[in-house]
Amino acid sequence: MKKNFLYSSIKDSLFTGLIALALFGPIVGLRTVAKNEVLVVSPKWFIVLVIVIVCALGRFLTNLYIYNRDQKYGIQSTIGKSITNFLDTKGTQIALSAIIFSVIFPFLPFTDRYLMDIAIMMLTYIMLGWGLNIVIGLAGLLDLGYVAFYAVGAYSYALFAIHFGWSFWICLPIAGIFAAMFGVLLGFPVLRLRGDYLAIVTLAFGEMIRILLLNWYQLTKGPDGLTGIPRPSFFGLPFKSFPEEGEQTFHTFFGLEYSPMQRIIFLYYLILVLALITNLFTIKIRKLPIGRAWEALREDEIACKSLGVNPRNTKLTAFAIGAMFGGFAGSFFATRQAFISPESFTFIESAIIVAIVVLGGMGSQTGVVLATVFLIGLIEVFRDFESYRMIAFGGAMVLIMIFRPRGILATRKPTIILHKKEVTK
Amino acid sequence: MLLISKVETFYGNIQALRGVDVKVNSGEIVTLIGSNGAGKSTLLMTISGVNKASTGEILFDDQHIENLPPHEIVNLGISQVPEGRRIFSRLSVEDNLRLGASAYEKGKNFDTDVKDVYDLFPVLKDRLNQRGGTLSGGEQQMLAIGRAMMARPKMLLLDEPSLGIAPKLVNQIFIAIKNINKQKKVTIFLVEQNAKKALELADRGYVLVNGNVTLEGTGQDLLKNKDIQAAYLEGGGKK
Repeated sequence: MKKNFLYSSIKDSLFTGLIALALFGPIVGLRTVAKNEVLVVSPKWFIVLVIVIVCALGRFLTNLYIYNRDQKYGIQSTIGKSITNFLDTKGTQIALSAIIFSVIFPFLPFTDRYLMDIAIMMLTYIMLGWGLNIVIGLAGLLDLGYVAFYAVGAYSYALFAIHFGWSFWICLPIAGIFAAMFGVLLGFPVLRLRGDYLAIVTLAFGEMIRILLLNWYQLTKGPDGLTGIPRPSFFGLPFKSFPEEGEQTFHTFFGLEYSPMQRIIFLYYLILVLALITNLFTIKIRKLPIGRAWEALREDEIACKSLGVNPRNTKLTAFAIGAMFGGFAGSFFATRQAFISPESFTFIESAIIVAIVVLGGMGSQTGVVLATVFLIGLIEVFRDFESYRMIAFGGAMVLIMIFRPRGILATRKPTIILHKKEVTK
Repeated sequence: MLLISKVETFYGNIQALRGVDVKVNSGEIVTLIGSNGAGKSTLLMTISGVNKASTGEILFDDQHIENLPPHEIVNLGISQVPEGRRIFSRLSVEDNLRLGASAYEKGKNFDTDVKDVYDLFPVLKDRLNQRGGTLSGGEQQMLAIGRAMMARPKMLLLDEPSLGIAPKLVNQIFIAIKNINKQKKVTIFLVEQNAKKALELADRGYVLVNGNVTLEGTGQDLLKNKDIQAAYLEGGGKK
């Protein structure tokens, strides 16, 4: 039987190599170059060969070492299990130390402007991930257009702040309410949809919002974007290097030297607090009837109906509340960047947020953090090797799918386990 | 208490119920037997509002409920234990029970109501923090019944509670159903394939064939009926 398995995995790897050849042959292998004003094909077969060998070998090794493990545990690795166990038992300590670390992070000796920017970006994604986790992880509604609410939040913040001059703290809840309204707007037509169909419609919704922003020139300035979005102030104290006559700024009020880092640190704490509020809210609402109804709806809609849970209201609140947190994150994004354009709200953003939620293990709050640090961190590490970033991103996803198929922190236990096929003579 | 008259229900073009008349009096145990595809589950789903009747009337305590959404029907006092249990497998047993209680005044009486469920099914008390999906089939059925009882129903609709459960546990569950009826004064409308057990338990019974009620009578009469013995008891009721 062992021999049989070896034989079939070799066959399988060769087949993988063939697919890799078919894919990468034309994409990588054939390259057109202009030579003496004529387009010539310059083949790069060596690279293709390397890729094909890597794919076939990788497949062979995964066959041997990963899918051939003790079948009783499905394909969940023992390392993964010990990680899950560790996090299950030490979960609160880890979360607490992570929070303490993020609180003191700006004042650590090695922290510089660059690290702060990455940390702020990660926290934004963590907040978006937590917000989307309400929709996907708790209510089980696959939303591929989450960036739409991020965009609605950012634009409504920007427009209110620019045209009415309202402060960040007034615009923030307004942006959240606007995003929630759009959540309900999306929720109504998709009440009867689920699974793939829901994903298609939400995807389209995300694109619609982006195209609307792109074309409604009078309001959104289209592709030019909105500039001069006011920066947030520290409870009325702006961050300025040269205050006007008689104006109190952050550094004069506290008697400090002016430093551009002050605003960065303030932004960092702002998003940290916003993200933690999102997290706290999700943890609390899981214990309340509405949160329980979301989870029940994810499990079984018919059972929900027969128990007197109103699926319409339950779904709409999930969409609205998820969207609201997206809107908060959006207004933070707008105030941080001071410039927004539809460019920032493309589908790839939605895809990254969904990837964070799914790879983190749907419904797991800590998983979202780990996945964000992993994925965004990876993108940043590869910033210097611009053209390899997406390869690294894809590779990371493949690795997670192989080693942790139910997400980095899988709260979801398998409902069906693939048993080893009986070999019939 | 429940009066169903001339109810027809469709799934797309397929007619599942062809003018069903059923009457359930307060305090009774009424059973509905029939083969696969006769429309038994459809009738329950139509009563609870998950499926809508295209024609016909359903009266519960003299109130029309055929056009009400399911959550309002539950609030009126009809709870359903759906076929195949349909418990929330990734939620804890306690959360499952709390979800059942959400219909009745938002679960205010959870603590007292849950004690009644423990009296019925003591095993659930030990499993409170376990995920629903880790229970055995029989325990899941108990959980499903307990969950429905948390809504303080006046009437309980049970859809094949013996489906896929060990015979020993089937007896326990039928005893529990009897207790619910006698002690809690809850009217029971029971759909079963296990015709013998159901008819033994029931005050009255109906036989559903291809979406039509073909026979009705007391449980004992139906048990003795030659046609029923031939169609449902010889094979299905064997113990």
